[in-house]
Amino acid sequence: MIINYLSSLDPTALLRALPGNVAQGLIWGIMALGVYITFRILDFADLTVDGSLATGGAVAVMLIKGGMHPAVALIFAFLAGLAAGFITGMLHTAFGIPGILASILTQIALYSINLGIMGKSNQSIGIAQQNLVASLRYVTADDREIFFLKLILGCLLLVAFVYWVFGTEIGSAIRATGCNPQMARAQGINTNFTKVAALMFSNGLVGLCGGIYAQYQGSADVNAGRGAIVIGLAAVIISEVIFGKLCSGKRFSFAYTLSAVFVGAILYYVAYTLVLWLRMPSDYMKLFSAIVVACFLAIPYLKEKHAVKRRMAK
Amino acid sequence: MGYMLEIENVHKTFNIGTINEKVALNGVNLKLNEGDFVTIIGGNGAGKSTTLNAIAGVWPVDQGKLIVDGTDITRLPEHKRAAYLGRVFQDPMIGTAATMSIEENMAIAARRGERRGFGWGISKKEREEYKKKLKVLGLGLEERLSSRVGLLSGGQRQAITLLMAALKKPKLLLLDEHTAALDPKTAAKVLEISDKIIDENGLTAMMVTHNMKDAIVHGNRLIMMHEGKIIYDVSGEEKKSLSVSDLLAKFEEASGGEFANDRMLLA
Ligand SMILES: Nc1ncnc2c1ncn2[C@@H]1O[C@H](COP(=O)(O)OP(=O)(O)OP(=O)(O)O)[C@@H](O)[C@H]1O
Ligand SMILES: [Mg+2]
Repeated sequence: MIINYLSSLDPTALLRALPGNVAQGLIWGIMALGVYITFRILDFADLTVDGSLATGGAVAVMLIKGGMHPAVALIFAFLAGLAAGFITGMLHTAFGIPGILASILTQIALYSINLGIMGKSNQSIGIAQQNLVASLRYVTADDREIFFLKLILGCLLLVAFVYWVFGTEIGSAIRATGCNPQMARAQGINTNFTKVAALMFSNGLVGLCGGIYAQYQGSADVNAGRGAIVIGLAAVIISEVIFGKLCSGKRFSFAYTLSAVFVGAILYYVAYTLVLWLRMPSDYMKLFSAIVVACFLAIPYLKEKHAVKRRMAK
Repeated sequence: MGYMLEIENVHKTFNIGTINEKVALNGVNLKLNEGDFVTIIGGNGAGKSTTLNAIAGVWPVDQGKLIVDGTDITRLPEHKRAAYLGRVFQDPMIGTAATMSIEENMAIAARRGERRGFGWGISKKEREEYKKKLKVLGLGLEERLSSRVGLLSGGQRQAITLLMAALKKPKLLLLDEHTAALDPKTAAKVLEISDKIIDENGLTAMMVTHNMKDAIVHGNRLIMMHEGKIIYDVSGEEKKSLSVSDLLAKFEEASGGEFANDRMLLA
């Protein structure tokens, strides 16, 4: 039986899936970049993501259907994400709702809003749609190298932009807020403002990702963002586990860290495909993702606990 | 010339209406002249930290007025008051951002009270300036400008926090037992740095301490707090000639013959 199973696995299928994995990873990496901003820089577990990703997709698809150029539609997907982040930020700072809860409220509300934007749960852009920023069909096209080059370049530009933002005075203030809000306030930083700003920026990127991904898939779905936060966290954590040491202590180390997030996202999709390739039922993918993230989140904690115990024993 | 700090009849009660209700400040009045360096002593829970927190705006006061150099700050939020204040805390972890470098921490402090925009967070010129200031500390930190602050010792972090508090000259420097978490040798060094920074910049300062000797030796004025009130206030020659046993006697008198708590006796 095992032999039957093994011989039925086709290694070339894995290879064939690779370009798609890379494209998907790069696109979702944009969302992971947003997750990095909230989760690592601001130290805020922001679940808005699951909603704002779908919002970005819904906005982009509806605008494209209305005749807008797909690239321009992405600007609005970004703005929609900003708005979503703003709502979570206000719920948290102006109304004192705990961060996670504030973001869940926004996420739930966005589900209805996304349905409202699309009028139904799924909207697709026609196969013939021109000028898409990204598309599944580019991945198999003859000139796909050019598509990948553009996609990678776009991601690097985003990395450069995020790098720049967090090097500015406002960016530094956001970093200080995430690291030590008491210190930030003592240094005259309005931590409510910086929190809202970071949440907006993060969800803007998530909305952008949603817009690109909808174009890639050729449709927007109200459930597109379900579990997105876990994928984002997985990408961030995979990148840290693999590249953490490599990225630290150098000049521009922050830029390497940000780029590594994209690699983390690609690896996530490679692993995803691998699991499917092994014929594990796809129904269990979310369970698999959750377990992976839980493990990687737990490792640093358990390591530290173990180290303390050993020190005590001495 | 007006006062640098005026505290008028400030009251603060925590957890009002619960069984944990606690009157922390019960009518505090204090006026500081420019250049005053006042040390604050008192038993646990006397309201020393609460007084400094009331000035810093950690929460709003229930009643009373706070005026810094003629500006009423009673209703300003904490981050706006920061424009006037330099602060160093008891816990060395609180004053600096651990994941950021020494120079980044200093650059943030250098912009206290200013608008932060999309200019670059730190300039080359600043870097040179910070290097010079760090060198004066004599802790070798000038060679580690880009090291993360989290890698430094408590004493080093406290020294940097002090520098940061004075980078942008504050109208008032608030030190809340900022040497209490350090070993005696480091504490003495940090105290020496504090004196120097206060002296060189002509700062007006308030320093909470549990060490009576320090309270007598440092500064030009001393106040003792008890149950949310200032019960003793001396300055000038009279302060200089105080002895630890004088202060203990004062404390016992104030607390109605109760013995001074252990922490005060030990100090
Ligand atoms: N944020 C707070 N919430 C509730 N109670 C508080 C708070 N801050 C201070 N208190 C209470 O107010 C009283 C005064 O506290 P404060 O910290 O000012 O004392 P202190 O004089 O600094 O004492 P110590 O020498 O122990 O630092 C204490 O009873 C304390 O428990
Ligand atoms: Mg105290």
